[in-house]
Formats: sequence, C-alpha cells, structure tokens
Amino acid sequence: MSGYSITEPSPRQKWVAGALVALYAIITILPLVWIIATGFKSSADAIAYPPKVVFAPSLEGYVNLFTTQTRQTAEYFAANPPETWYERIVQSKGLTIAGPSRFGERFMNSVIIGFGSTFLSVFLGTLAAYAFSRFKVPLKDDLMFFILSTRMMPPIAVAIPIFLMFRSLGLSDTHAGMILLYTAVNLSLSVWLLKGFIDEIPHEYEEAALIDGYTRFQAFTKVVLPQAATGIASTAIFCLIFAWNEYAFAVLLTSGTAQTAPPFIPTIIGNAGQDWPAVAAGATLFLLPVMVFTILLRKHLLRGITFGAVRK
Amino acid sequence: MAQIRIDSLRKDFGAFTAVQSSSFTIEDGEFFMLLGPSGCGKTTTLRMMAGLEMPSAGQIYIDGEEVGRKPASQRDIAFVFQMFALYPHMNVRKNISYPLISQGMGRKAARAKVEEVSRILGIEDILDRPVGGLSGGDRQRVALGRAIVREPKAFFMDEPLGALDAEFREHMAEELRALHDRMGATTVYVTHDQLEAMQMGDKIVVMNHGVVEQFGVPQEIYDWPATLFVAKFIGSPPMNFLSFEGRVAPGDALVTLGSVEMAIPQLREGFAGEMVLGVRPEHVRLDDGSDYRAVVRAVEYLGTTQIITLEAEHGEVKARISSRDPVRVDQTTGLAFNERTLTLFDAGTGRALRSAVNEEVLRHG
Repeated sequence: MSGYSITEPSPRQKWVAGALVALYAIITILPLVWIIATGFKSSADAIAYPPKVVFAPSLEGYVNLFTTQTRQTAEYFAANPPETWYERIVQSKGLTIAGPSRFGERFMNSVIIGFGSTFLSVFLGTLAAYAFSRFKVPLKDDLMFFILSTRMMPPIAVAIPIFLMFRSLGLSDTHAGMILLYTAVNLSLSVWLLKGFIDEIPHEYEEAALIDGYTRFQAFTKVVLPQAATGIASTAIFCLIFAWNEYAFAVLLTSGTAQTAPPFIPTIIGNAGQDWPAVAAGATLFLLPVMVFTILLRKHLLRGITFGAVRK
Repeated sequence: MAQIRIDSLRKDFGAFTAVQSSSFTIEDGEFFMLLGPSGCGKTTTLRMMAGLEMPSAGQIYIDGEEVGRKPASQRDIAFVFQMFALYPHMNVRKNISYPLISQGMGRKAARAKVEEVSRILGIEDILDRPVGGLSGGDRQRVALGRAIVREPKAFFMDEPLGALDAEFREHMAEELRALHDRMGATTVYVTHDQLEAMQMGDKIVVMNHGVVEQFGVPQEIYDWPATLFVAKFIGSPPMNFLSFEGRVAPGDALVTLGSVEMAIPQLREGFAGEMVLGVRPEHVRLDDGSDYRAVVRAVEYLGTTQIITLEAEHGEVKARISSRDPVRVDQTTGLAFNERTLTLFDAGTGRALRSAVNEEVLRHG
C-alpha cells in the first residue's frame, strides 16, 4: 500500500480533483465562448446546422448592433460607393446605414445606473455598518433583522406597488429612480456584508487614532476605511453584478430615457428578423464592464469571500 | 509630566457595575500598576482615564484639571494597547509619526523626531518595514515609539506585555522600566500578573469586582494586605490562611488556635467570631519544639528553596524553607510562625484587623 496522508492528497486524488475542476470550468465557459463566437459569425453561420465551430469571422453582428439600416437600390449604391469597412459590410446585404442604434445610449444607462447604485449602496452601507458595528444603537438586533428581512422575498414580488409608486412620484423611466431602486435592494446585502468586515477590525485601531489626536470621523476615514478596503471591494462587486444584470424591474420601469442594456438587447431580435450575431455582440460587450471590474478587484474579492470564515 | 487623581470614579454598563467608586492618586513620574484578575475593572478604569470610556460618575484630574468629559485627543496622554494596535496599512515610520502629523508638526521636524525615538528604542533599522512582518518584540517597540514620540503628559499601558511570550516578556519589562526611568513620565500600567506588578511598579492598586482593595507600594501590599483577596492574589504560593473562631480585644498580642496560643502583632481593634490568621509561606518554620502540629503532605523542590505542603488542624499550610532541610512526606512536625508578619482577618468581610504593624499601611490604603 502506498503512503497515506491526511493533509496531502494522493496523485490519483489530485488527478480526479483536477479533472473535475476542468470539467466544471468547461461547462461554465462554454456558453460564454459560444456567445462570443456567435458575435463574430455572419447571420447565415450563426443559424447553420450542424453548428459551425470553424467559420469566417465577420463584424456584421457588431455593425448591426450599433446601427439602424434601410434597404437601397443598386442605382443608389452605384452613385454612393461605400467608403468605410462597415458600410461595405452593410452594403453586401443590399442595405445602407440610416443612423446609429440605441445600443450605445442603453449601454451608458447601464453604466450610470449600475455604477451609481453600486457607489450609493456601498457608501451608505459602509456608514450604516460602521454605526451598527461600533455604536450602541437602540434595537440594534431588530434593526439588523429588519434590514435582512427586506431581502427575504424576491424583490419582483413588490413590482406592482413599486411600479405604482414610481409612477406617482415621477420616477418611472428615470436614472434617479433606477439608482434608488437598485440601491434599496442592495443596501441590505451591503450593510450585512460590511458589518461583518468592520466587526473584524479591532476597535483599538480607532482608539489609538483618537488618542493620537484624530476625531472620530478622521479615525473612520484614515484607519477604518483602509482596513475595510477588502470588504468594500467585494461588496461593490456583488452590488454591481446585481444592478448590472437586473432585468425584471428594468423591463417594467424603463422604456426610453433610462432603459438599461438587459431589456434592450432582446428587442434586437424583433427589429430586423432574428439577428443572433447582433444579440451575441450586445451580450459580449455587456459582459465586459463587470468582467473588467471584477478582474481589477479580484485580489480583494478572493480574500473577501473567505474573510471572516477563519478566526485568527 | 503629570499628577493624576481619581476621585470616586464609577462606571456602569447597563445593570453591570464595572467600577464602583475608585479613588487614588498617581504622583508625577510614578510607575503605577493597576493590578487585578480579569473583569475586576482595571482596564475600564484606565480607559476612563484615557478618555476612551465616559465615567458614569466621579472625577479624573490630570495636573489638577478635571478631564472626565474631555475627548481623548485633548488629554495629552499616550496609550499602548495589549495588541499594540499598530496601523496595519502603514510602515513603521508612518506609524510612529502619525501622532505628530495629527498635531500638525511639519514633515521635516516629524522625521527628525521619529529618528530620535527609534534610536532610543533601537529600531532604526526597521523604520521602513511594514508592521505586518515584525516580531512581537519589535511591534511592542513600535507601539512604544508611537507613544513616546509625542512626549505626552502620561503613558497608559493596557497589559502591553500580555501578547509576548514568557521569555521575552521579562526582557521587555526591564526595557519598559528603564525607558520610564529615563523619560521620567507618569506611567499607568494595567496587568493581571502580580509578579509583573511587584517587579515594575512604584505603587500598586489592587482591584477586585470593581472595587479598590488596596493601594500602596509593593512591599506594603505584600507584607500587610488590607483584605483576604489581596493576601490571596499577591504572592506565589499565596498567603496561608488558618480559620478559627475566637475573640480578641484591642491590645491583645495572642490568639488561640485550638489549644495552642500563638503570638501575633499587638492588635489595635477587637473582634469576635470567625477569623482568619494569615501567614506568608516564607514566614513558616518547621520547628519540632512547637505545640502546633502538622503532617507533611507534599514536598516541591525549587532549587535553593522547597515548598512544603502541610496539613494542620485549621487548614493547609505551605512553607517555603531552605532545600537543605531534610523533610519527608507523612512526617509530623511542629509549625512556628514569624510573629511580626502575621495578619488577622475578619473572615466575614475579609478585612484585615488593625495591629501595631499594619495600621499605618491600612490608614492610607
């Protein structure tokens, strides 16, 4: 029998574990790869059966995503030869570019609303969590439970009251309204997460700062905040992912000015037939900001997820 | 440099009273120990003095000025925490200069001051290191550096050696005391370690259950404990207690334990009822001529001395005697006590009865 150790897995165990991780990675990455690939296919390749794994890459999907197009006659094309690479792509289908699509606008709405509500959730959450962690708040436990209880039902369960409230307050289809809504939903998560992180910071740090001549607020900004950076970063990622991906409320409460990307992308299907490359291109671009944000903060996120799990 | 006076200080946390009516005075330049078991209120007392905790009642005077309601930053004191509380996101230099920057000292002056302090503490070579990787002793020195750099009126230290391992603790204790003597600043030091208190302190306050049990110089507290608690808490092994019932009158210099009469310091007050006779182990002699008999139960060899555990009629007695004296387990012997060092306690309240030798101590304790 070979050597057996409790802490060190055997080569066989390592191999099995590695294979399982690889399998899981493939399962999760495959749809992403498929979406990204579809974004670079031509309309014909996108719906080809059997599906094409090898294909001639095309930017058709991206051009369609960012533009609106109209049909034109051969005489028009003879008089106005295409000048740019994207005009050429469009012309090959007998179309011409009529103007920009609304995708850019919708995408900016997503950025404003997603990052705005994330900032607000984390900012308010940090202040509330600090107060709950450090001060004697009357009915502290009940308040914390109340805050948690706002997350106990799916937010969409209150969609109709919120719809009515937003309508009478004039918040429907406004950036402020959506930021407010996502902040309200995220705040309970952010208060709870951040309170856990701040609880772990020994209050001696602040007391030392108080004695060293700082005010309570300076002690908070100069000592507590740098210490809580990990928690703040991981909380921000969770809040952003929720606000960024939220679909149901966005469909219900926005239609024009403040419409975010998630409800916009499916509408591409209806406009000019089932333009899967354009949908896939939209989804790919939509993935990027959260991906970049998460990669930027990944060191904090990894530490953040396990933070507090082990008492040192 | 400061004199600190505590007057009837009290702290309640809801229904729990952490400190009830403490009063004592710390003279300028003293190394002052707040000693007691955990939960006795010593740390709460220190935190009130530092301004980290608001007193429920009573006054704190630093150099005659009442500071009980003043924020910590305006009391001009420095605090050394048990876990050091070095700012983890700053390097050593920044940690030490932090209090100077907060006072608005210029970068250049602060830098010079930090270098001076680091020379005193012997940490010049680690100034630019992050605090995370430092050893316990170096962290302790950085924490001290942050405290002394400002030249405050007083240093408050909450079990500053508690986080260090035993070997290093003794070394740091000497360093701390030397530093104090060099700076001459008033130091208030909280500890639960009676040896540390005796070793380092000019004066000691012994606290228990939020009450000041005794206040005095280490020798007085060791020789003339004011209460049974102090007698038990100080000394290792602690004082021996022989319980008996009897009656004494002022002027008596004898007590009767069972059938044996024992000489004690002349009493200044009378008492009738349950009493306890206290004697330190080093004041117990094994004397075959004595009528007070006891059986040897155990012998602990400690090098130059040995601790003999004996069973006597009124309780267990430990004697610290020279290890050259031969003692066997189960041997019956007589016990004699050094009469000048005996203390008689009221068993009910734990209070020491006044006698010719301890009345001076008890008056100001």
